[in-house]
Amino acid sequence: MIDQYANIVAGGLLLGAVYALIATGLNIIFGVMRVVNFAHGEMVVIGMYTGYWAWSLVKLPPLAALPFAAALLFGLGYAFQRLLGNRFLTAPQHVQFILFIGLALMITGLHAMLFGPEPRGLQSEASFAVYRVGFLRLDATRVQAAVVAVILVAALGLWLRFSLTGKALKAAATNPVGGRAVGIRIPHLFAVTAGIGAACAGCAGVLVAPFFDTQPYLAADYTLLAFITVIVGGLASLPGAMLGGLLIGVAEALAAYTVAPSLKSLFSYALLIIVILARPVGLLGKPGDAH
Amino acid sequence: MTDRCVLDETAPTDWRTLTAAVAFVALMVALPAVVNPFHMTVLSLIFLFAYCGQAWNIMMGFAGQLSLGHALYFGVGSYIVAVLAQRYGISPWIGAVPAFVVCALLGAALAAVGFRFAVRGVYFALLTIAFAELVRILFEHWELIGKTGGFFLKALGADNNPLLSLRGGPLFTYYASLALLVISWVVAWRLLHSRTGYFWRAVREDEDAARALGVPAFRMKVLAVSISAGMTGVGGAWFGLINGSLFPETVLGMRMSIDLILAPIIGGLGSLFGPILGAFITVPLNELAKDLAQKYSLSGLNLLIYGLLLTLVVIAAPEGVWPKLVKAAKRLLPKGRRS
Amino acid sequence: MTSSNNTRGRPGRRPMLQAAVSASALSTLPFPSIMRAQGAPLKVGCILPLSGVLAFVGTATRRGTELAVKMYKEQGVNLEVSFVDTESKAENGRIAAEKLIREGNSILVGAWDSGTTISAAQAAEAAKVPLVVNIASAPQITEQGFTQVFRNFVTAPQLVANAVQRIKDLPRGGGFNPETAVLMHVNDTFGQSSRAAVAALWDRLGVGIKILDTISYDLRARDLSVEVAKARSTNADLVLPITRVNDAILIVREMVKQDWNPMAIIAPGSPGAYEKAFTDALGKYADDYIVCVPWWDPRQPIAKSVIDRFTKEYPKERFELNSGFGWEGIQVVADAFQRAGSSKPADLHAALRSTNIESHVMFGGPIRFDDKGQNNNIGGVMLQNQGTEPRVILPGDAQQAKPRLPHTPWSKRA
Repeated sequence: MIDQYANIVAGGLLLGAVYALIATGLNIIFGVMRVVNFAHGEMVVIGMYTGYWAWSLVKLPPLAALPFAAALLFGLGYAFQRLLGNRFLTAPQHVQFILFIGLALMITGLHAMLFGPEPRGLQSEASFAVYRVGFLRLDATRVQAAVVAVILVAALGLWLRFSLTGKALKAAATNPVGGRAVGIRIPHLFAVTAGIGAACAGCAGVLVAPFFDTQPYLAADYTLLAFITVIVGGLASLPGAMLGGLLIGVAEALAAYTVAPSLKSLFSYALLIIVILARPVGLLGKPGDAH
Repeated sequence: MTDRCVLDETAPTDWRTLTAAVAFVALMVALPAVVNPFHMTVLSLIFLFAYCGQAWNIMMGFAGQLSLGHALYFGVGSYIVAVLAQRYGISPWIGAVPAFVVCALLGAALAAVGFRFAVRGVYFALLTIAFAELVRILFEHWELIGKTGGFFLKALGADNNPLLSLRGGPLFTYYASLALLVISWVVAWRLLHSRTGYFWRAVREDEDAARALGVPAFRMKVLAVSISAGMTGVGGAWFGLINGSLFPETVLGMRMSIDLILAPIIGGLGSLFGPILGAFITVPLNELAKDLAQKYSLSGLNLLIYGLLLTLVVIAAPEGVWPKLVKAAKRLLPKGRRS
Repeated sequence: MTSSNNTRGRPGRRPMLQAAVSASALSTLPFPSIMRAQGAPLKVGCILPLSGVLAFVGTATRRGTELAVKMYKEQGVNLEVSFVDTESKAENGRIAAEKLIREGNSILVGAWDSGTTISAAQAAEAAKVPLVVNIASAPQITEQGFTQVFRNFVTAPQLVANAVQRIKDLPRGGGFNPETAVLMHVNDTFGQSSRAAVAALWDRLGVGIKILDTISYDLRARDLSVEVAKARSTNADLVLPITRVNDAILIVREMVKQDWNPMAIIAPGSPGAYEKAFTDALGKYADDYIVCVPWWDPRQPIAKSVIDRFTKEYPKERFELNSGFGWEGIQVVADAFQRAGSSKPADLHAALRSTNIESHVMFGGPIRFDDKGQNNNIGGVMLQNQGTEPRVILPGDAQQAKPRLPHTPWSKRA
């Protein structure tokens, strides 16, 4: 009995680490620029397709495809923000929403047109590999994904803390005018932010491609998941994103196991509603962060 | 779409606008003489989405909050009428009443909770999404409505009387949809010029000032959402009757929520006609895209086109296509012609 | 339409060689050897999921359909088929049907998926155009009062009843002595109606195996690890999955990863295991999976000739349930067209009502439709994947291979 629950929780934690990576990307974009990126899930899917094609065409394993996906998504995010996104920074929120929804629809449509709407599974021997730790049975591809996700989030956190760009980002987030006054190139910096956020999502996509079938219509699920995680964990808080991700991962797994698998999202949405109403800043957010 | 996103009818409508509106309706009434049944089906859909667009507009305009979960009311309304008609033999005419009331109450509940907790912006939008998704998942597990398997209305017998069952051929559906749109248009118009309408405008312009003057702002906002929700519920019911089959994924899903807001946003939120024009743009484009997608195996083309349209409108004409057209028309005409 | 009498004995305008070849391949086709006059073709509209989650099976059905059209054309029966893709979305059934009717098709065939078929049937009913259902098992299709529907496929209760019979007939012993089972099913119209059928018939037919739990999952689920873990925790002897294709692959993969070896995996009437996508994706892990479905009859000569032709046209594909019923769907249409002698939907409808086809591809008695439009003569066999190919293991007189029970543990697979 206990070993079954342990396995479920372990699986949830592993998945949660990847959710945390996705949420971190959104957190950076939302936290720094206060932009509501409703196309975040689409970036995850772009990453998934990158991982899928890298394996299918040139037998490149996900870890090797990671830098490509990161570079690609960074480029896309940067270009978008520079060309379009920066113009909408001061626009009302519903305008931003619509812009990103439009973007999301376009990307999903393109995916479906280019690659077809069928789910594509990455078939390899690794799909069946399992690590055994005591009575725990851990899916090899998920362990890989989780480990890399944690490393990426940690590395990003350190970079933001200690690097010049990172500090500039923080400055720009808290005080754009002041930031400009001391010479920070806000448009460039925000574009970098968008790029990093997109890259996080893309990397997460590459990491999950081995165990989730890639298809264009998954994007909406990931977007909502990212928002739920960010809001529950706490806005503008990287540890919050990690905590939120792990929490959601485990909560979904337990809900699926104890109640009914097809009801698992119900609990995430219920949690979201409760958090929005009761503590909008999230678990690790600081009061005053919530818009 | 900045400050022009709200319904703006500050003075009584002049006779020119009225004439234009009447002429438009007359044209729609006469149209079946020259179009084929397929076009009538598409037009019925245009009228339906125009109607829902106006309903959504009321919430956006007067409660000032973006709802991305309007499919909640659409779906609940559709199931109420369908189940009552199919399982309990209750006429849709009667069934429409609980559909309106239940959806209005749902909207009121959501609004009350949201506004009470000062939920705004992203959070409010996510709240609406969360509620819609929650209900969708619940419906997918509800035996009564057939769960994900779908709820199907029985085939129409030879003795079907469209006026009683509210289900019939393309011509009947066309006129019924048009009637629905015209009624809602007139009701919305009168509502805006009523006391409630003035209060709504006061709250929208300056909530604090309005409150100071004794306008019950909170109640007014909840009322706006409530009416919007109830109307959408009736729209959903009509959709169910036209379609004959209901799936939670279709009527309660996020796709429907997005489809419902496309017409009003593209057409323009600043007037009652905007959503109608918007529907005339989005629905045929969707049909065209689906046709092309079939022919050239380009699944997803309609999503691409919708996305492109939305993005272009947001960049180039944030208030919508109709206000842009009106402005252009005003510049061409010598005397200022109100529209 | 000219009558066919004055073409008796004439081979038509085709070269003799081609006539000889196709005549030999089709000599067992169940219509008179009178060559039909080359009249106007019958426009047939075919509704199938050609993209999306069900793309694989929809395309397989399309292959069978197109092969039949080709073979009948060579015999002088001229059918012109247009395909519309429903994108695996149920509500598109009605839209697809309306489009095809608008384009002048006098008869419809479709739609593979139960929800889609009911949706299409509504449009067919409104327009009074016959709909021949090639594959779809929800009972509602013939219970909603549709007059235009003719279903050449089993209903979910029939599927399950056939399956239960086969399960009872499986030889016990040698470690195969199941007493408990866990049911897993996909959460759509088909999955739910199958589940309802199991619930109604299982105990009544005296299987003697207790179902411990029923677990449902979303058709579009990306991950079934928790579902499989839940099923595993019941410690049931048998796993009864009711799936599509992708989810069947996911379930088996999870079972391998969780090292769960039940006595057997038996699908009581569901797609998945016999599909080429399944056996390709899982390789050695696809073996020993048992499924009870209608299948082509290895004893029927017409089945053999159709399969031979299929293998020539599509060497990389497998002729299975989908292609088979796709083929038979056209057979029903062609047969009705011939007897009606007209392309008018009403005439076709009348001809369909009196259908009685003895020589056909799929297992079962003659194709006949009762007054609800249901063919009650379709039987089911029990298949087991052996050497990554589905083989008939029951009934005994159609057996292609002996059942391998209990299921070979994953870790012991070569």
